Amino acid sequence: MSATTQSPMVTTALAQAAAERGSQQEGILRYKDLLLMLIWRDIKIRYKQSIMGFFWAVLMPILIVGSGLIVMVVFSTISGHPINKLDVLSVAAKAVPWAFFVGAIRFGTNSLVANKELVTKIYFPRAIMPLASVLASFFDFVIAEAVLALVLVIARVGVSIQLLWFPVLLLVLMIFTAGLSLLLACANLFFRDVKYLVEVVLTYGIFFTPVFYSAGKLGKLGWILMLNPLGPILEGMGNALVLHQPLAVNWLLYAAAWSVALFLVAWKIFDKSEAAFAEAI
Amino acid sequence: MGHSGIQFSGVWKKFARGEKFDSLRDLIPSLVKYVVTGNHRGDLKAREFWALKDVSFDVQGQAMALIGPNGSGKSTALKLLSGILKPDRGDVHVHGRLGALIELGAGFHPDLTGRENIYLNGTILGMKKAEITRKFDEIVEFSGISEFIDTPVKRYSSGMYARLGFSVAAHIDPEVLLVDEVLSVGDYHFQQKCFDKMRDFVRRGTTLVFVSHNMAAVGSLCKTALLLKHGVPVFQGDVAGAIQKYYSFYEEETSNDNVELVDVRLSSTSGEEREVFEPGEGVVLEVKLKALQDLHNAHAALLIHTADGQLVFDTATSRLLDNRPLEMKKGKSATVKFALDMNLRSGVFLLGFNISSDIVVPGQYIYYNGCVKRVVMTREQKANGIVHLNPRAELTFG
Repeated sequence: MSATTQSPMVTTALAQAAAERGSQQEGILRYKDLLLMLIWRDIKIRYKQSIMGFFWAVLMPILIVGSGLIVMVVFSTISGHPINKLDVLSVAAKAVPWAFFVGAIRFGTNSLVANKELVTKIYFPRAIMPLASVLASFFDFVIAEAVLALVLVIARVGVSIQLLWFPVLLLVLMIFTAGLSLLLACANLFFRDVKYLVEVVLTYGIFFTPVFYSAGKLGKLGWILMLNPLGPILEGMGNALVLHQPLAVNWLLYAAAWSVALFLVAWKIFDKSEAAFAEAI
Repeated sequence: MGHSGIQFSGVWKKFARGEKFDSLRDLIPSLVKYVVTGNHRGDLKAREFWALKDVSFDVQGQAMALIGPNGSGKSTALKLLSGILKPDRGDVHVHGRLGALIELGAGFHPDLTGRENIYLNGTILGMKKAEITRKFDEIVEFSGISEFIDTPVKRYSSGMYARLGFSVAAHIDPEVLLVDEVLSVGDYHFQQKCFDKMRDFVRRGTTLVFVSHNMAAVGSLCKTALLLKHGVPVFQGDVAGAIQKYYSFYEEETSNDNVELVDVRLSSTSGEEREVFEPGEGVVLEVKLKALQDLHNAHAALLIHTADGQLVFDTATSRLLDNRPLEMKKGKSATVKFALDMNLRSGVFLLGFNISSDIVVPGQYIYYNGCVKRVVMTREQKANGIVHLNPRAELTFG
């Protein structure tokens, strides 16, 4: 043992180890298996009873499409225009990503507080928890999209070159959801009533997002719906999958800029406040 | 492994006591109040307290015990080492792969099976999936619950839960291992197994920080110790000294202005001074004392406690010397000598010394020290338990 005389090599190694522990990015890479394991855990628990699990993935999109139908019937009665098959299907195409967003944000917001025991007892990069929640919800999304694809095939909607936008839109959606999830998980840890606020916003948020109707239906005020970064993403998905309409690239850029900025800011805030998690929780 | 180690240099850590603003509903009105009335800071500061005050240590490839009464800051120190908390002042460095047995089975999900939880818990503790697969059989075998490995852990008893938790944690092959009072669960056999595993780690050069109230475990596992009280390092160094000091928190040396111990010697019957003995060996404890007051009708006593505070043996000059009292004038010296056969086995025992008088109330002492010397009894292979009864056996057939 050398209490005072320490070789320079050891000191360097110590400094290096300290630097490693500091950064969230490297931490996440080192803990990749943990991320995968937590995603697997969330999915496994939810799908333990496989039929209910599968239902869980499609239940919410079906409910959204159902309520969308009612809204459309009301509109059609008022305006006198008959309901179009493609409009209904485009609501479905937008309901699936919306359901993913709601699910991911709901689980993500609670992810740190729900794993209190881990946060106070064991060290690992905390960002893994909200990210795992988002990715576990993504699994539901994939199942719901598969069901949607089947419906679209049966309805003979067909495909077009616009479908190529879908992966880009999905990427932007993921970044936006992950960023918001990190931010809200962190906020909910410090202020426990954040989750109630989130619930309220998620419940009524659907009316401020073009899910039941397209932004165009609002006429000149349509741009208001597009200000919400989810607006261009969901509209884009409806266009790419069902309507085969060209995408509003400038709106997509707007949403992408928002998403990336949100993610970076959220990451920074999360990283800075992480040290205080164990005490504040 | 060589360079594994931890360093704590001048670490201070403060906590806030009492309620905090943990909801927006409370925060917003108080912010408004702060803006309107101005000063709100003073009483917030008053609720803070230091959980650790200027603590420094350096351990490299050795076992160090962290002991102290409840609330002394031991767990806080471990959390700082594991990176869960950050110090307010000072530096914490950990070099080498860190394993922490702070909570066994943390992150176990009740609905998942033992098998699934090994993977989940293993990755939480920092293992790679492939690594767990490689060690899987070993982990299951060590835990001794292979029959239940495909049962959801919610059906496990708390002992089984702890077994599996320890087993996973013990297989991370840590270079730096933090252990926080986790071995109180599980049966005797499993506890011994855990200790053997930890001894094995130490032998192979793992840096171990061991937090426990079980002084027997502390004494047998660690060579050095840090004793904390209210976040302040009280004693740092040899484990025997730390244990001795630890007990002195409880057994205050009553009126130590009566007697001063000048010298305490522990030796074998042949006169060789040492502290490690074989079961059954004869030992001599010699205490040279000086009277700071006149002593009348006093008797000296010898006590032996196990390191976790259980009284094993107690004798006094009054009984051994046919009531011949210790009569001393102020300033004079005397030597008390006890000889006995140490029919004790495997572990650390504390030799205590006290002087009482017929005149004072029983239980009150002229002098009391719960541990003047420490005895380490070597392991005896023939039996278990704390006493050495010199067992023999015979087999007769027919």
